[in-house]
Amino acid sequence: MYFLAAEGGETTHNPILPLWQEIVVGGIAFIILCFVLMKFVFPRMEQTFQARVDAIEGGIKRAEAAQAEANQLLEQYRAQLAEARTDAAKIRDDARADAEGIRQDILAKAREEADRVIQAGKDQLAAERATIVRELRAEVGTIAVDLASKIVGESLADEARRKGTVDRFLDSLESTGAR
Amino acid sequence: MFGQSNVLAQGEVNFPPSVEDFYLPSIAPWGAHNNYWFTKITFMVWLAVGILILFFLLTYRKPQLVPTKKQWLAESIYGFVRNNIAVDMIGHQGVRFAPYFTTLFCFVLLTNFFAIVPFFQISPNSHIAFPAFLAAISYVLFNWVGIKKHGFGGYFKRALIPPAPWYILPLLIPIEAFSTFLVRPFSLAVRLFANMFAGHMLLLVFTLGGFAMLNANALLAPISVLSWVMTVALTFLEFLVIVLQAYVFTVLTASYVQGALAEEH
Repeated sequence: MYFLAAEGGETTHNPILPLWQEIVVGGIAFIILCFVLMKFVFPRMEQTFQARVDAIEGGIKRAEAAQAEANQLLEQYRAQLAEARTDAAKIRDDARADAEGIRQDILAKAREEADRVIQAGKDQLAAERATIVRELRAEVGTIAVDLASKIVGESLADEARRKGTVDRFLDSLESTGAR
Repeated sequence: MFGQSNVLAQGEVNFPPSVEDFYLPSIAPWGAHNNYWFTKITFMVWLAVGILILFFLLTYRKPQLVPTKKQWLAESIYGFVRNNIAVDMIGHQGVRFAPYFTTLFCFVLLTNFFAIVPFFQISPNSHIAFPAFLAAISYVLFNWVGIKKHGFGGYFKRALIPPAPWYILPLLIPIEAFSTFLVRPFSLAVRLFANMFAGHMLLLVFTLGGFAMLNANALLAPISVLSWVMTVALTFLEFLVIVLQAYVFTVLTASYVQGALAEEH
C-alpha cells in the first residue's frame, strides 16, 4: 500500500504495517545480539553461579569435614589421655605392690638371717659349752684327785674307785648348781 | 512534512503531529524519504545491539566468584530475568529459556529507553516491524517448545481442547484456536508498538503544542510552559511504561512457553 503511495511521490505510512526493510534489519541485529549473549555471556553466568554455589557448599562441606576431624582428634586425644591416666595409675599400683613385695621379701630374708645367726650363735655356744664342760670335767677330776691325794696323802690307786668318787662329786656339784 | 527536526529553525510548527513524524528521512542516502535501510530508527537498533554486546562482553570477560561492581550489575540483570521471570513462571526447567528471555528483555528495554534519551527521543519499537519480529520469535518459540514436548498432535490437542463437556467444545475450540494462535502474537506485537507509539505521540503533542501556542499568541506563553512541564511529567510516565512494557513482553513470552510446556490444560 505504501509502496504504491511512495511511487506517487507523496509518502503516507500506515503505522500498523511493518516496513520489510526494518524487519530485516531488526531481525539481523536481534539475532546477532541473541547469538553473542546466549553463546558467550549467559552460559558463563550460569557457570559462575554454579561455581559460586559449589564454592559455598564446598566451603561448608570442608568446614564440616574439618570440624568432624577435629572432633575425632579430640576424642582420640581424650581416649589416649584416659588410657595414659589408667596406665599411670596401674604403674603406680604395680610399683606400690612391688615395693610392698620387696619390703616383705627383705624383711623375711632379714628375719631368716637373724634367726640363722642366732641359731648359729646358739649352736656354737652349746658346742663350746659342751667342750668346756667336757674339758672342765676332766680337769676338775684331775685337780680334785691331785688335791685329794695331797690332802689325804695317799694315792688312790684303785681306778674304778677313783672314777666313782669323782663322778659322785661332780653329780653332787651339778645338783647343787641346778638347785 | 518531515519538519520535526527543523521545527525550531524555521519557527513554524506542524501541529498536530502526524504519523509521518515517525518516519524520519534516511541517513544514508541522506534525506531520502522512502529508503529505510539506514535511518535513525535502524541506527538506534544497531546502537542498542552494540551497547548490549559490549556491556555484557566487557563486564563478563573475566567472571570471578566474588563479583566486581560491573559484573554484579550484569549478573543481577540476568539473575532478575532468570529467577523472577523464567523460574517463577515456568519452574525449574525455565532456566534453559533464561538466556533468551534476558536477551529479549534487555533489547526491548534499551530500544524502548531511546524514547526518552535526549537527541534520540523516539523508540524503534514505535515502528511495528521490531515488536512484530520479536513477537514472531516468541510465537515460534512457544509453539516449537510445545510440539517438542508433547508431539504435534498432543500439543494441539492440549492447546485446543479444554476440559469441558463435549457439547460446549464446538464453541470453545474456535475460541481457543483464535486466542492462542492468532491473538497472542498480534497482541504481543501491538501492545509494545502501541505503547511506544502513543508515548512518542504524547511527548510530541505537548512539546510541539507548546511551540504552537507560543507562535499563535505570545500571551499563551504560560500555557506553553505548562505544556512543557507536562512533557517532563510525561517523560517520567514514559519511563514507567518503558520498563513495564519490556517486563510485560518478557513475562508474556514466558507465560506462553509455560502454557505450552504445562502437563494439564
